[in-house]
Amino acid sequence: MDMPQVMRGAPVHDVVVIGSGAGGGTVAHVLTKLGVKVTLLEAGAMLNPARDYKEHKTPADYPHRGAGDDASSYFGRKDFGFFSAPTGYWEIDEEPYTVAAGSQFRWFRSRILGGRTNHYGRISLRFADYDFKASLLNDGLGTDWPVTYEEIAPYYDKAEDFIGICGTAEGLRSAPDGRFLPAPALRVHEYLIQKSSRKLNIPCVPARMAILTKPKNGRLACHYCGQCGRGCVTASNYSSSQVQIFPAMKTGLLTVIPNAMVREIITGADGKAKAVSYIDKTTRTEKQINCRVVVLAASACESARLLLNSKSSRHPDGLANSSGSVGRNLTDTVGYSLGGYVPALEGMMKHDSDGYAGGHVYMPWWGLEQKNKDFPRGYHIEVGGGYNMPMLGSFNGVCRSHEGYGAGLKKAILDSYGCSVGFAGRGEMIPNAKSYCDIDPHVVDRWGIPVLRFHFEWSDYELKMVKHMHETFAAIIEGMGGRVNGPKTVADTKRAISTPGEIIHELGTVRMGSDPKTSALNKYSQSHDVKNVFVADAAPFVTNPDKNPTLTICAMAWRASEFIAEGLKKGEL
Amino acid sequence: MESTRRAILRNAAAAALLGQLSAEAMQHVHQHAAEEKKAASGVYKPKALNPHEYQTVTRLADLIIPPEGSEVGGAGAGAPEFIDLMCSGSDRMAQIWLGGLAWLDDQCPKRYEATFVAAKPAQQAELLDLIAYRRNDTPETGPGIRFFEWARRMVVDAYFTSPAGVRALGYKGNVGMQVFQVPQEAITYAINRSPFKEG
Repeated sequence: MDMPQVMRGAPVHDVVVIGSGAGGGTVAHVLTKLGVKVTLLEAGAMLNPARDYKEHKTPADYPHRGAGDDASSYFGRKDFGFFSAPTGYWEIDEEPYTVAAGSQFRWFRSRILGGRTNHYGRISLRFADYDFKASLLNDGLGTDWPVTYEEIAPYYDKAEDFIGICGTAEGLRSAPDGRFLPAPALRVHEYLIQKSSRKLNIPCVPARMAILTKPKNGRLACHYCGQCGRGCVTASNYSSSQVQIFPAMKTGLLTVIPNAMVREIITGADGKAKAVSYIDKTTRTEKQINCRVVVLAASACESARLLLNSKSSRHPDGLANSSGSVGRNLTDTVGYSLGGYVPALEGMMKHDSDGYAGGHVYMPWWGLEQKNKDFPRGYHIEVGGGYNMPMLGSFNGVCRSHEGYGAGLKKAILDSYGCSVGFAGRGEMIPNAKSYCDIDPHVVDRWGIPVLRFHFEWSDYELKMVKHMHETFAAIIEGMGGRVNGPKTVADTKRAISTPGEIIHELGTVRMGSDPKTSALNKYSQSHDVKNVFVADAAPFVTNPDKNPTLTICAMAWRASEFIAEGLKKGEL
Repeated sequence: MESTRRAILRNAAAAALLGQLSAEAMQHVHQHAAEEKKAASGVYKPKALNPHEYQTVTRLADLIIPPEGSEVGGAGAGAPEFIDLMCSGSDRMAQIWLGGLAWLDDQCPKRYEATFVAAKPAQQAELLDLIAYRRNDTPETGPGIRFFEWARRMVVDAYFTSPAGVRALGYKGNVGMQVFQVPQEAITYAINRSPFKEG
């Protein structure tokens, strides 16, 4: 192998950003707006929405109907299916990870410009005051962030104003209001769910989504085809690729280098980061670029891996890791789902219920004041239902329960179409010492980079929450005259709870804090040890509340970017 | 042909975005595209199944979702083509289908002195009545029951993703809408049938 070509006098890039998801996209947007030159390294390919997004297609448009030519959708839960926005995988052959004995973990990675923002659920929830400051809850659990809600609120404003979030102001402490575009009308089953929830004193309010219900910042309003997860050709929902990176490229200040898998951050004699070395995947050659500042936004675990792999005599345990905290405090959202059948919906006139993808309502956590519950913190509820586009597998449930064949089977499918509702709980996990990632000493990926090894264990807190979720969902279903699919109670919460990693809210692995002995980053997402290293994905998060992380990634990355621009201007970086 | 189809879909998508295309028109465009494609490819030539196997799958498809009046059933909706294509792209899928079809052709002659396709309709029904239900699971019927779960699932998939199946379901989506709204009549209908009915 040729030695990396580092030329004396080679150009020094102002800011090198690693990763192009919500964090990297926001950094590219904010810094280029502030006149800073950015070079962005993406481990996957460039995105071409016109070619890569399968919006408005139906299964009948393809001979394989969405199964894939290799019938892969029939064998196991592979990815999110043929129609999903491109290039996301639970397993990447050339880039494996390992899971320690006795643990389970699934790691979803996207290898394309925009990363997971191309397909994600677009749920956009602000963290609450107590999510930043756990000590307000007096339960003795968790750690306070080095920043407060009040400090982050202006950055939520900026992110929301730019991205565009629909929703309604509700004045709930558990779900702080944002700067919202109007929320669309409810679907029929959502009216029933709302009435049933309110009878149980559970708030059920319009969902908060990164979807434009009015034209904004040059982007068209949503046309309600219900296919956000496939990627939106009109960019009416948020993806970092379309909303931030493509426009930033037009400024001439952003250079995107695709297919660049970063191996290591190289430090100079002064201990500061001076270059980033990466593999050009298309030619399998090693390259290096010099930088003034490096921003890791490769996703929480990928950023931790990169820091741990960036060892030097000055940083023997990895870069930015004198605290030993890199890789620790790994959490994922607690997930549990339950479906029900609602006879009130049988025989209703068929209509277009596509809307935007995902529930038009959701239930923010309502139990903040409850003293008698047996688990800490809380969860929110997401809902599903309606006359969805028929896809492969849409009627597996009826096939299993009705069995048989012929006219009777067909009638059972037609009669029950659109009569099901689904509930998904999304709850807070408390970080624990048994859940972390480290470098597997025995395995490297195709590029020769040591891989991550996951260790994970749900605690009793999370398992008890799942039981509560089940009881709540069942009460809502029964309250609307519906029948719960499956058993009345959860016999085995360990089997019922989501597989760790499966909700794709893994975070916390490069924690921020005010004490350099226990945290890797300061309150500006800047390394305590190495001042020109920043982390702008969800790795800095100190807690993993019952709110999807993307909006907070954008807000925190926005704040870090302004800090970086200021530092460059003052010559401090 | 493919480029024409793409152009139609692209224009349709653009028109739909501007609210210029009704649900019916969109449906028409999709059907048109599907028919055009079918015409372009001509009669389907099985890639994985032999003629006898393909004939058996065709019969099974129409037994699982029967034609009704002028509406096609599982076979007319393209289930045999779809299943053959899946078997041609996946050894695992081919194993399921070839094994299952061979099981049928082993059982039928023992019971009826005829292959499945050659058996009388009443005999075909008798055998399916046995393997279409888990409660009939015995060491003797087990392989047939497992195979039929796949057959039912894949014929249902093929039918309900076809234009005929989508029509039967009454799916009205995948079109542009400027303001999202569901019919008040539908809301009233559901609420009046729920515990939230007033009065």
